[in-house]
Amino acid sequence: MNEKHLLLKKLYQQFTAEIVRPIAGYVDEEEVFPVETVKEMVNAQMMGIPYPVKYGGSGADTLAYVLAVEELSKACATTGVILSAHTSLGAHPIYAFGTEEQKQKYLVPLNKGEKLGAFALTEPNAGTDAAGQKTTAILKDGYYEITGSKIFITNAGYADIYIIFAMTDITKGTKGITAFILEKDMPGFTIGKKEKKLGIRGSSTCELMFDRVKVPVENRLGAEGKGFGIAMTTLDGGRIGIAAQALGIAQGALDEVVAYTKSRKQFNRSISQFQNTQFKLADMATQIEAARCLVYKAAVAKDTQKNFSTEAAMAKLFASETAMNVTTMAVQLYGGYGYTREYPVERMMRDAKITEIYEGTSEVQRMVISASVLR
Amino acid sequence: MKIVVLMKQVPNTTEMLIDKETGTLIRTGVDSIMNPDDTSALEAALKIKQSNGAEVIVITMGPPQAANMLRECYGRGVDHAMLISDPAFAGADTWATSNTLAAAIKRVQPDLIFAGRQAIDGDTAQVGPQVAERLNIPQITYVSKIVEVTSDFIVVKKHYEDFDETLKVSFPCLLTTLEQLDHLRFMNVTSAWQAFDKPIETVNNQVLMLDAKDIGLKGSPTQVRKTFTRPVSSEVKLIHGGSDEAVKAILSTLAPYIQ
Repeated sequence: MNEKHLLLKKLYQQFTAEIVRPIAGYVDEEEVFPVETVKEMVNAQMMGIPYPVKYGGSGADTLAYVLAVEELSKACATTGVILSAHTSLGAHPIYAFGTEEQKQKYLVPLNKGEKLGAFALTEPNAGTDAAGQKTTAILKDGYYEITGSKIFITNAGYADIYIIFAMTDITKGTKGITAFILEKDMPGFTIGKKEKKLGIRGSSTCELMFDRVKVPVENRLGAEGKGFGIAMTTLDGGRIGIAAQALGIAQGALDEVVAYTKSRKQFNRSISQFQNTQFKLADMATQIEAARCLVYKAAVAKDTQKNFSTEAAMAKLFASETAMNVTTMAVQLYGGYGYTREYPVERMMRDAKITEIYEGTSEVQRMVISASVLR
Repeated sequence: MKIVVLMKQVPNTTEMLIDKETGTLIRTGVDSIMNPDDTSALEAALKIKQSNGAEVIVITMGPPQAANMLRECYGRGVDHAMLISDPAFAGADTWATSNTLAAAIKRVQPDLIFAGRQAIDGDTAQVGPQVAERLNIPQITYVSKIVEVTSDFIVVKKHYEDFDETLKVSFPCLLTTLEQLDHLRFMNVTSAWQAFDKPIETVNNQVLMLDAKDIGLKGSPTQVRKTFTRPVSSEVKLIHGGSDEAVKAILSTLAPYIQ
């Protein structure tokens, strides 16, 4: 981290303290998508952190972006994933694979925060096995006709621009998948039911339905059949965002539990004076610091290496499992109070779980890592 | 339009340490923040920049570490930052400080100068008014609202304890602002990322060439001989019982003092 990152961190900390933390409990309890927070993020120019100024971004780097997701997630994992999905999944495919026209039309408003982004790969029968796509795109006269559905789509309903994947050739498996840029008001494109979730309850997670949506050919992202590669490359980057979210959740839980164990008295002493507490806090702090090293390393790797899949997978695997461990320990140290919704650690524990699942489960990360180890 | 904002970095605590020899503040090792009244001054200047178009120049006088605050100002979109720093300026009281600031401001020739009403470390509320006097320009203190800005004049509300005054003043002029005037915006990522690429103009006394008798500790007529916390003693009498009894007890206690 250099002095620029430290200054940005101060910005994110002030932003989180004033805008995010005060409503984090409410966002979870009422399952509210924090629209006002997103507006404030737009004002603070947080919606295009790692992208060039000429495309409406801030011209900073991946580490600068990762720090934002981390700081937001310390107080509210919902807010963290809104930014991560928008930046890593919505904007990145257009930045990396879009034509100049597509960048001007879609990436610029995404980076400026005039539009919110989302990414839709998962289907009811195509999760980790992405080749099982049932959504089809049939080329007709100057447009593709897209029919099918997607599930578990983050930011759905609030996003304006969706990167979606569909089969242009059903016989070719992953080589038949093509990426498209959809706008929310294209006829035939509807948002389905909103999921009720264990955690990140303010995040809007919905089904997308496509009923013969006419998508102009110029909205095809990359060549026909190149969609799977686009999706996998995008998810490599997305994993760093989720790893940062997990890191933030873990650090947020540690910060809470440190304060609590100092103030909570049993047997006439602060419980922080008991060795069990001290050893637990030591383990938590150490795991978090190790996770932080992996996450920041992956962020730097994304900007400096051609391939950073392994670094991203390791960061996400370790940070998400750290988030789960640390939040579980935090609830335990709080005791009965920690199990109640009066205190934030139970929310953090519920929020942590998703980081082991979305954008590739921990098992998928292990597949990616072992493939590189065994190569 | 050119707007100067005078800002100060102050210790982030009311528990300040004081150098017993000189009677001045010890700043090292204490977290520093932007002085709260100054934050509203900066926001007011940035709003005028947005609405009317202006060049915003932040000037601070302080040790080299005050540059950190200036970087944050760049992160909020100011155009230029000036750090007045020289061991010769150290230990200045408000008289010597305003001499120094006024000399620096003359180099900029602004139309409008904002300063916070007072700093939370010294609480004098003297530097803004003294700078205006040195520059021989009109001043309005305790500004709580900006009503209208044109290229020739500004209309503001000046807040008194129990009433407000609406005043119009021609440029150039100096305004001191209350914290309540406005809430300082966050930095934005783009400007903050570029903050270190912008120069901080450092001005020392080789530039300002002020006479040693007008600056720093030696140029300060205020010499703090001793600072101490006055012990407060008061008698405490606890009143037990319900609210009716308590009211009666309070009335009878106060009765001898009410004519």
